[in-house]
Amino acid sequence: MSLAAGYVLGLAAALFAVGAVGVLVRRSAVVMFMCVELMLNSVNLTLVTFSRVNGDVEGQVLAFFVIVVAAAEVTVGLALIVNLFRLRVSTDADQVDVLRA
Amino acid sequence: MMAVSALAQASIVTAPAGSPAAWAWLLPVVPALSAGVLLLGGRRLGRGAGWLAVAISAITLGMAGWLVTWLAARPPGQRRVTHTVADWISAGELEVGWAVLVDPLSAAMLLLVTGVGTLIHLYSIGYMAGDERFSRFFGYLNLFLAAMLVLVLGESLLVLFVGWELVGLCSYLLIGFWFDERPNASAAKKAFVVNRVGDVGFLVAMFVVFGAVGSLSLTQVLPAADTVAGGLVVAVGVLLLLGATGKSAQIPLYVWLPDAMAGPTPVSALIHAATMVTAGVYLVARMSPWYAQVPGVGMLVAAIGAATALVAALIACAQLDLKRILAYSTISQLGYMFMAVGVGAYGAGVFHLLTHGFFKALLFLAAGAVMHAMGEHTDIRVMGGLARAMPVTAVTAGLATLAIAGFPLTAGFFSKERILAATADTDGGAALLVVGLIAAALTAFYMARWFWLIFMGRPRWGRGAAPIPADAGRSTAPPPPRDLHPHEAGWTMAVPLVLLAVGSAAGGLLTVGAEHGLLAQWLAPSVVAFESSAHLIGHGLLQAIAITLALAGLAAGAWRYRAGPVATSPASAPVVGFARDAFRVDALLRAAVVTPGRWLAEGAVWVDTHVIDGAVNGAARLTRGLAQGGRQLQTGLVRGYALAVLVGAVVVLVLLARTNLTAAVFGALGAP
Repeated sequence: MSLAAGYVLGLAAALFAVGAVGVLVRRSAVVMFMCVELMLNSVNLTLVTFSRVNGDVEGQVLAFFVIVVAAAEVTVGLALIVNLFRLRVSTDADQVDVLRA
Repeated sequence: MMAVSALAQASIVTAPAGSPAAWAWLLPVVPALSAGVLLLGGRRLGRGAGWLAVAISAITLGMAGWLVTWLAARPPGQRRVTHTVADWISAGELEVGWAVLVDPLSAAMLLLVTGVGTLIHLYSIGYMAGDERFSRFFGYLNLFLAAMLVLVLGESLLVLFVGWELVGLCSYLLIGFWFDERPNASAAKKAFVVNRVGDVGFLVAMFVVFGAVGSLSLTQVLPAADTVAGGLVVAVGVLLLLGATGKSAQIPLYVWLPDAMAGPTPVSALIHAATMVTAGVYLVARMSPWYAQVPGVGMLVAAIGAATALVAALIACAQLDLKRILAYSTISQLGYMFMAVGVGAYGAGVFHLLTHGFFKALLFLAAGAVMHAMGEHTDIRVMGGLARAMPVTAVTAGLATLAIAGFPLTAGFFSKERILAATADTDGGAALLVVGLIAAALTAFYMARWFWLIFMGRPRWGRGAAPIPADAGRSTAPPPPRDLHPHEAGWTMAVPLVLLAVGSAAGGLLTVGAEHGLLAQWLAPSVVAFESSAHLIGHGLLQAIAITLALAGLAAGAWRYRAGPVATSPASAPVVGFARDAFRVDALLRAAVVTPGRWLAEGAVWVDTHVIDGAVNGAARLTRGLAQGGRQLQTGLVRGYALAVLVGAVVVLVLLARTNLTAAVFGALGAP
């Protein structure tokens, strides 16, 4: 009736890998941000999958929490990126290294 | 002799209320207040500062005279009175009050200090005229007067010690009065440091006395001498002697006094001849009941005194600076006083202290007048023939020279004869007597040399001055000063000279009267009487020998230097050079004490910079190194941090995967 959990988990893992690699290799702050969202949602997918497998709604509840927190995080993150762009006329994350020791 | 010892020491009683003794505490307070005024606001007074100081000094002299008159009117058995002004320290058993002890001994010192002090204050007005720190000088002089009176009047050893330290401070301030020249400042420092060595002895002696008697008050300490264990009395005697050798410039701590001549000449006269340096003699006489218990320690005192008298007299024979000759002479004469108090003749010691106060102060004041006339030249080789230009100075200095040489009927003759007679009457005093006689002859010789080279003969200054014979050793004769017109100083400097000359001539009157004279009778309630223990030589014969030696010394000095300085023969040059360098004691001390001290200090500096600072700096360097390593991780690149987080997460997962826990988790999942 339903998809085997393994396929869904495999998709989640693939999404996570894509997100992680994206964060590591892309320099644009916006794309990195999107990749972070991808990773978050792959985790959400994993949570929902295990919730279904175990017949326990706790995992789904946790996924909602993640969505809510992600929404807040998007607000803050986008605001940061906008301000960064105003400051540097660029969103290149590698140029923002003022915290280098 | 036994007749004198029948005059036992009097016990100390409380002063009647309202009597002069109850007001004796004002004696130090008045000059101290005046010193405060002069030091704080004296600059505005101008020349008046000097007259204020003289007036204050004269007032203390008047007060001292009033006090002594009152004391003399009391029966001898009640002439030791004390008065407590205020409590000072009250801690457990230790009770120290600001109290004065007025007795014949302190009364004699009071008259000397205030009398000679007033004359020297007056003299200083002329001598210091035009000095840029005129008022400060008089402030220091008044402060010294106050300090010396505290020392003399202190009823407790601790109060006495306060005065002892304050006179040391004043001595330091006045030796270094012209501190803008480095030798003066280092002479002051030397005096202070050498005195500190002696002060340790005094301090420890006080600890021992307090431990043994339970009090520092002389009222209780003096009568307790025969109840204290013998060993402790010996310890106190030796330790106080150490203190006395520092203050009174005796072997081994005499080296500061010749350098102290860097101070203004009135200071040399007042502090370093007449008053402060006699404090050691005063201390031993004050503690006479203790020293009387241990004649062995007394002989040590006398031996140190005799050795000092001889050594300093030998050095004085070769010196070229008119003040340094007098300084070594002072050391030598203080040695005589130590000889006297050492063999138990406290009265004779104090007698010589008083007469020496007169004639040595006079000699210094005359030296100051000569220096003024000679444009501050101090080398006696460029002087000569000054008697014609300065008759008053020459005559008074001549009188003082005769007095110190022991010319018959002068003050010094009586007091020195008294000391020699005391050594002759002491068991085991033969060596002391011989050394004393030799030193007496040397004294006459070097004083004749001093007087002759300065005042007599042909002038070796001015336009037609004859060349001065080159001298042996390192010192070469200075060129004679050309443009000089020596003349007598003003009346403020002449009056003290004349008055002190009267004292030097007539001081012997203190010995007239029955039972060894006025002074001996007067002092009897205060000090332990001399007890004859032998009779080495008849007094008449001794007197004849002493007179012969004095006259021979004077004649030899005058004859040898009749035509000015004498070139040293090559044969005697090493000896003369050795004596001129003061037996190289300073070099010896530098090698034996100063250099090791410097090594110790440099070692401590090395330990501080390398070990202690090294540990502190090492800790800082270690922290800094670790932080440098940590800094490299902070690239500021977000993606780098992200990679680190990812790697960390993977590592954690791998570690977890190796545990049973993850096995259980995966097992429960039934993963594909």
